Amino acid sequence: MFYREAGQFKSTYKADQAIFPILQDRMAIAFYLAVAFIAVPIFGSDFFITSIMIPFLVFSLAAIGLNILVGYTGQISLGTGAFMGVGAYSCYKLATIFPDINIIILIIASGFFAAAVGVLFGLPSLRIKGFYLVVTTLAAQFFLEWAFIRIPWLYNYNDSGAIEVPQRETFGIIVTGASATPSVRYLIVLAIVVAMTWVASNIIHGRIGRAWMMIRDMDIAAELMGVRPLYAKLSAFAVSSFYCGVAGAMMVFFWLGAAEVESFDVNHSFLILFMVVIGGLGSLIGSFMGAAFIWVLPVILRAVPNFIGIDVNAATVEHLNFMIIGALIIFFLIVEPHGLARLWALAKQKLRVWPFPY
Amino acid sequence: MELLYNIFIAPFVEMGATPDFLLQVLWEGFVAGTLYALIALGFVLIFKASGVFNFAQGIMVVFSALTLVGFYAAGLPAYVSLFLALVVMAVLAWSVERFVMRPLVNQPELILFMATIGLSYFLIGLGEFIFGGEPKSMITEELGLPTGSTTIDIFGGFVILQHLDIAAAIIAAILVICLALFFSKTRIGRALRAVADDHQAALSVGISLNQIWAIVWFAAGIVALATGIMWGARSDVSFALQIVALKALPVLILGGFTSVPGAIIGGLIIGFGEKLFEVYWGGLLGGGVEAWFAYVIALIFLMFRPQGLFGEKIIERV
Amino acid sequence: MFKKIIFGAAALAMLSGVQVTALKAQETLYVPSLSYRTGPFAGGGIPIANGFADYMTMLNERDGGIGGLKVVVEECETGYNAQKGVECYEATKGKGALVYNPYSTGITLQLIPKAPVDKIPVLSMGYGLSATAVGETFPWTFNYPATYWSQMSSILKFIDSQDGGIKGKKIGYIYLVSGYGKEPIPLLNQLAESMGFSVVEFPVAGKDMQNQASQWLNVRKEKPDWMIMWGWGAMNSTAVKEAAKIRFPLDKFIGNWWAGANADLDAVGMAGKGYRSANMAAAGTDFPALQDVIKLVVDAGKSKIDDKEKVGDVLYNRGLFNAVVVAEAIRKAQEISGKAAITGSDMRDGLEQLDLSAARLEEIGLAGFTAPIKGSCLDHAGGGSIFLQQWDGENWVKTSDLIAPDTALVRPLLEAAAAKYIADKPEWQVKPCS
Repeated sequence: MFYREAGQFKSTYKADQAIFPILQDRMAIAFYLAVAFIAVPIFGSDFFITSIMIPFLVFSLAAIGLNILVGYTGQISLGTGAFMGVGAYSCYKLATIFPDINIIILIIASGFFAAAVGVLFGLPSLRIKGFYLVVTTLAAQFFLEWAFIRIPWLYNYNDSGAIEVPQRETFGIIVTGASATPSVRYLIVLAIVVAMTWVASNIIHGRIGRAWMMIRDMDIAAELMGVRPLYAKLSAFAVSSFYCGVAGAMMVFFWLGAAEVESFDVNHSFLILFMVVIGGLGSLIGSFMGAAFIWVLPVILRAVPNFIGIDVNAATVEHLNFMIIGALIIFFLIVEPHGLARLWALAKQKLRVWPFPY
Repeated sequence: MELLYNIFIAPFVEMGATPDFLLQVLWEGFVAGTLYALIALGFVLIFKASGVFNFAQGIMVVFSALTLVGFYAAGLPAYVSLFLALVVMAVLAWSVERFVMRPLVNQPELILFMATIGLSYFLIGLGEFIFGGEPKSMITEELGLPTGSTTIDIFGGFVILQHLDIAAAIIAAILVICLALFFSKTRIGRALRAVADDHQAALSVGISLNQIWAIVWFAAGIVALATGIMWGARSDVSFALQIVALKALPVLILGGFTSVPGAIIGGLIIGFGEKLFEVYWGGLLGGGVEAWFAYVIALIFLMFRPQGLFGEKIIERV
Repeated sequence: MFKKIIFGAAALAMLSGVQVTALKAQETLYVPSLSYRTGPFAGGGIPIANGFADYMTMLNERDGGIGGLKVVVEECETGYNAQKGVECYEATKGKGALVYNPYSTGITLQLIPKAPVDKIPVLSMGYGLSATAVGETFPWTFNYPATYWSQMSSILKFIDSQDGGIKGKKIGYIYLVSGYGKEPIPLLNQLAESMGFSVVEFPVAGKDMQNQASQWLNVRKEKPDWMIMWGWGAMNSTAVKEAAKIRFPLDKFIGNWWAGANADLDAVGMAGKGYRSANMAAAGTDFPALQDVIKLVVDAGKSKIDDKEKVGDVLYNRGLFNAVVVAEAIRKAQEISGKAAITGSDMRDGLEQLDLSAARLEEIGLAGFTAPIKGSCLDHAGGGSIFLQQWDGENWVKTSDLIAPDTALVRPLLEAAAAKYIADKPEWQVKPCS
């Protein structure tokens, strides 16, 4: 009723294969993009932009990266935090070695370093899978954390071992550092995330993506049908780490401004895995929903008591927060193990057939 | 050349020169190994019976120890607190089975794994909510655990053995023996192994999955409490303790996910290996290698024997 | 769903914006407190946050605030996590925050570059970046009463004063692997050369805080003459227990001021007897101001403290000391600007010209509580004197006089570090003093 594709005819194969074949979907996407690019920078407060939107977008990108690995290729990884760290540290090194190159190019370039490291630690996946792979990726996590501390060259021998974002300009506008305005940082992050989501969508719907999904669904059958597991798995690790690396670089350069090793610890790996599972394995829109759910919900929960005028201890709120998040994760897994993306699809389906039950 | 010397010769020269110190290192490795083994045991129990990789084992260690200390702080005698802590772990086991495991039956393992992470978040919040975030000291003496130490003069030096560590090793051994007997001799134990082999076959011969799972979670709770008492006595009971649980993962790889003796041997290998490597070779890499060393052993091991020392050879390869 | 969340969040954000204006209209002195009552370090965060809040509440109750305006302390929970810390900063800076006390070196590092942009000073009391003591380079950051570096220099000076001096000795440095623990290493290495001792490092990873057997085996292997610790949270009690275990002489084991809380050593008990740590504010309640806190705040049930006995603990008093410095700086700022409702910029001037003399300490009922602090445009760390306390099995006992750092030695190093900090930041604004 509300969401009807009747009357929308496809006259070419190309149109039929489009990612959003339905007009309403295309309109909705255009609307969201318009809101994100125009309304948010104009109407959003500084807090809303810096503490909700930028982290949300950064984590969405990391969740897309992990989703490529877990949701599309079926390889579980708990090294996401460290791969983000590789991106952040290499971007920092690049930015200090080549101060004159545009920072956005460097951020994308740092993704390649993360991809290389990801491939290296993805090698064991050729032999093992499941929880055994979890342990190897955890090994990557802990080894890289140790390396970020023990190799002072990575943080330019800084006394406190932190990386601090230098100020950089693009087309005369300050884009990084403390003086960059939230809106500018937000728009750059948004642009990168939108572009990379588009690229991811194309990879996933193309040959490589289909090979990944074959490996995920049944590796032996995939091999029999001519998919080479070596290339498929390692390319998944590479692309996934690339996305995580870019997300990590953006996290430090456009959100935090400075970072220590703890910003890339194993808790972030868990956090992003949460986002992927809650959002929906094997769904790009799910990655966004998962990131919104996991990141934005605690922020809202923190604001609620203040908002309704109850004076609750900040610590109590935090404890309840933990309990609510934990309980919600379990609740979601029980009620909808396919994640928010599935709920979204169900909702669309309901809107489509309303007022009839099916 | 000097590097090769430092790697291959110098550490052994050092070991030979101060044998008392080497003994001490081995002893510390043994103690650490038993404690790792205890944590790994909790994982193995649950994995064996339900195929769930229970990430919440770490927080269960903290939670059970906090409950024990909490009851004692409320004025109850130490042994009553211990009993009540066990009751709390039983209630927890029942609730986990009822509200987490049962609704999730037949889901892929990743989903179950995520559910236990959710559970650990919940328990962190609950634990801090009830007991507060301050570290508490373990009621070591009140529980009748020894606290002194013995110094043995040997090889012209000395080795210090903490009585607590000896007690930890003995308690771990008793726990393992009890569990082994429980698995092989009792009716429930056999049912448990049947469930581990094949859920559906076990169901069809009339074994109650729900009951078995509750029992297994309770057994893991007991192991968690024992672990919590031992680690708590060595340092103190705080939420930082849950991170130690991650140390159990390489132990599991080494020993196999489903083997109780494997958990023990794996724990000891990691314990010994880690201490020896850190003390004699760690300096070459700037120290602090302990954080990842166990994982590297596990990685190398995976290449050659992916099912672990005692694991069942069911691992799928591609 | 996704849209709803966004819109919900947007609505919340806008409504909280409404609240901000309401708050401002009342004219208060708004001081956010980035506390951490949760997480692995909560044991340290709770007493600090209590001490800070209780002193401000006491001022409100007894004097009606400062300069006639109530002090509003709003706690924001960081969990000692830098990301949440930044979130707290963004959430509270718009409400007219006067000063930030980040209570974490990690969060401080994030806030240092933001402070001059948002015109809100940062007071990192006894933590943070040592180089921020150089006021010309860091006009918006303060490090009262001493930096990590000057503290290290004081501790080494103390060791030098003990039997046989420090020359030719081997000093072991055990530290938490983080920005905090690594901070004093450059100084330690520099001083090792000039004072003629050798240094062995024993890093403890955050994951292994309660699992330090290897580090202490290494200590036994290396046999240092003295041990110095930069530890925090559960690491401290574990370290002292392990030191006692390997029979390291505990009176030659010195922790810094974050490794000497009551909670740390309560868990160790008699086994920790003899262990020393540095401190900057006296423990105990034998001060008129603390008596006022007990009478007007704790007994009146206006404190978040659960156990009255914990008033006067080392970290409680540290939080209280922090509140004293903030309160005195507010007073100074009101005096300089001539108005009661001050801004962040006024607060900066107040902090810079802070003069917490012995006479003033006595006036506010804290005679002998701490060493006098006097800030200046050049020096944002004040006097920098500390004292040592020793654990007698049940309590901390002050065992040394105030030990001043070797400023002549430390200051050039601080200046070099400050210069290094801004070396790759051409846009950094320095504020020359003359």
